[in-house]
Amino acid sequence: MSSTAQELIPPEAREPGGGRIRRSKGGRVRRLTGRDKVVLSLMVGIPTLIELCLVWLPTLMSVGLSFSRWNGLDLADIRPAGTDNYQYITQDYPPFWPAVQHNLLWLLFLALIATPLGLLLAVLLDQNIRGSKIYQSIFFAPVMLSLALIGIIWQLFYQRDNGLLNFLLGTAGTPRAVDWFGDSSVNIWAAMIAATWRHAGYVMLLYLAGLKGVDPSLKEAAAIDGANSVQTFFRVVFPAMRPINIVIVVITIIESLRAFDVVYVINRGTNGLEMLSALVIQNLVGEGQVIGVGSALAVVLLVISLVPIVFYLSRTFGKENRA
Amino acid sequence: MRLFFKGENMASQFDASATAFPSRRTILKTVGVGAAGLAGSPFLAACTGGSGPTATGSDSPGLTFGSGSSDDVPKRAYQAVTDAFTAKTGKKVTTNVVPHNDFQNKINSYLQGSPDDTFTWFAGYRMQYYAGKGLLAPIDDVWETIGGNYSDALKKASTGPDGKMYFVPNYNYPWGFFYRKSLWAEKGYEVPETFDALKTLAAKMQADGIIPIGFADKDGWPAMGTFDYINMRLNGYQFHVDLCAHKESWDQQKVSAVFDTWSALLPFQDPAALGQTWQDAAKALEAKKTGMYLLGSFVTQQFTDPAVLADIDFFAFPEIAVEGRDAVEAPIDGLLLSKKGGENKTARDFMAYLGTPEAQDTYSAVDPSNIATAKGTDTSKFSPLNKKCAETIADAKFISQFFDRDALPAMANNVMIPALQSFIKDGKMDVKNLEAQAKTLYAAQ
Repeated sequence: MSSTAQELIPPEAREPGGGRIRRSKGGRVRRLTGRDKVVLSLMVGIPTLIELCLVWLPTLMSVGLSFSRWNGLDLADIRPAGTDNYQYITQDYPPFWPAVQHNLLWLLFLALIATPLGLLLAVLLDQNIRGSKIYQSIFFAPVMLSLALIGIIWQLFYQRDNGLLNFLLGTAGTPRAVDWFGDSSVNIWAAMIAATWRHAGYVMLLYLAGLKGVDPSLKEAAAIDGANSVQTFFRVVFPAMRPINIVIVVITIIESLRAFDVVYVINRGTNGLEMLSALVIQNLVGEGQVIGVGSALAVVLLVISLVPIVFYLSRTFGKENRA
Repeated sequence: MRLFFKGENMASQFDASATAFPSRRTILKTVGVGAAGLAGSPFLAACTGGSGPTATGSDSPGLTFGSGSSDDVPKRAYQAVTDAFTAKTGKKVTTNVVPHNDFQNKINSYLQGSPDDTFTWFAGYRMQYYAGKGLLAPIDDVWETIGGNYSDALKKASTGPDGKMYFVPNYNYPWGFFYRKSLWAEKGYEVPETFDALKTLAAKMQADGIIPIGFADKDGWPAMGTFDYINMRLNGYQFHVDLCAHKESWDQQKVSAVFDTWSALLPFQDPAALGQTWQDAAKALEAKKTGMYLLGSFVTQQFTDPAVLADIDFFAFPEIAVEGRDAVEAPIDGLLLSKKGGENKTARDFMAYLGTPEAQDTYSAVDPSNIATAKGTDTSKFSPLNKKCAETIADAKFISQFFDRDALPAMANNVMIPALQSFIKDGKMDVKNLEAQAKTLYAAQ
């Protein structure tokens, strides 16, 4: 921030000759005029400020609140609590560990089933088949649907008495009908399939863009060298999409950590559908507000999310530095 | 509709709005109310953070009224009351209707920001908590004029932790076992007076191929009704209140006994409970798939066929160990005065007006599914069921408010809902863990 502030000082006042082209220590030519610098620092500074106010400040405050007890009413009521809230969620709060397990299960399911499904759809639609655009729209549509609509659509599939799935299984209306959303041994799978339905479309779109970006001459060269289409894809095309692959890995991890909407629509994340994000909402929003506990849960989620984010950033910037 | 329907999922909300599609007139009226709300500038007051148009001392030209009764029927009912007040006194009432889930979820920031002068809320711990935090204005002067209109049980329910009065009851509705008279007559079932008789009856129904007790707990809160009743019948009303306020420990034999008793009933309750909402369970009762259903009298809203509605009756939860059937679970909805509204004499007048039989008759003329609380209200239009509901409440020595109104909301929402849902699944309850959670949550307040 201090350097940004310095940049904001008009160049005339700072040092003579600031506007002229000159060489920095590294010998690289600097062609930025004073005005450029002002514009640039504004363009960098304002988003940084917004980010600080809206992301980092609340984050730090959450971390602080997670070590306190507060009823959310009067600032004077905040009392320090040490690590009590963390002890509470790990030892006394029954939904916590199931939620962690469900988040992991969600991650595995998205990584092993939903993402490969999206890739498969992308590869198929990249084959110049007729009506490719229509298929693309169909598969991408779920990503654009609102939460309420998704709830209704899947309700139609999964209902116990008159849902489509039980009808197809021939169990509708009988005592053997499976209660896909209410039975806690199956509802997490039902929810993950609903999530896959959205996630696959998203991944498909990203991979389609990636596939379009792969130089066709690579494929031709591979074909000339005698590779079949499977070999061409896995040995040549897929590695060539490395930047997209990294994005997809990060998206998959983040989607599984913030998985929220589908379970919240079904039953607000209770009865077999506990997820960390739903627990955070349960404890932070509304009348059942326990700010200390909710913040502690949010911090746990933050720490878990930081691992893949740091990994991703270090890979990206590490590569840039080497280049 | 009841304000605590927070658990309805999106789909069922959609269903509800589809079946009760507002008429053109309703829409126009809604738009009109919205426009009036904007004109009344409470939103602007909220933006500027200044004192609203109401903090003008004793003689104010009107008042603002925050309402969480956003469903069509109750909204029109409150509209009728405010219109009548304006017609009577010439004072303007500016109503701000907020969807009931939002209203409840934002109550903390609402009361600390620029609340309306009066607003709809509930009796019980949920009222006492905010009274204790000094966010409400006491209305003992109002109760001096309306006190004669209320029974002692209602007066007790309107009292804050400091012994001052805070709440004006509007209506309530009892919880009990609802059933279809024709089914019971056909099969020769009789109303059980004791818990043992209830079990015997349930076993008989099961033998007849009927699910004895309808049950729905997808939303989490309905199961609290069963817990409350067994608790009050086993340990008494005062224990219920003390347990809810965490003056009693959860980790004790008395609480374990509640769950032990309940587990004798579990095999008779609908095994599909966790996947259905109370609306689904109401349909099952209507279809005679279930024999009886423990819920608030609002269940009758689901029976749109008048023939079915006329066929519905209810009985109080049977007695178990103590106090017979003296306690009834009958959550009370009414009005509170915000701290800011306490300076507005007109707002106090409005509260007093709502405490009269006249105002409550105006309300129930539009929304007859509830029981007016003031003495002397017109009962001539009551259906036999309404009459019975009213008598049950009037005869009760103790009126409880339902677990999620009598207890800390965090305890009800974050602890009891998952705990009861897992109890329904496997019949086990770890009362030690309940106590550990209660300790942390109540300490945070």
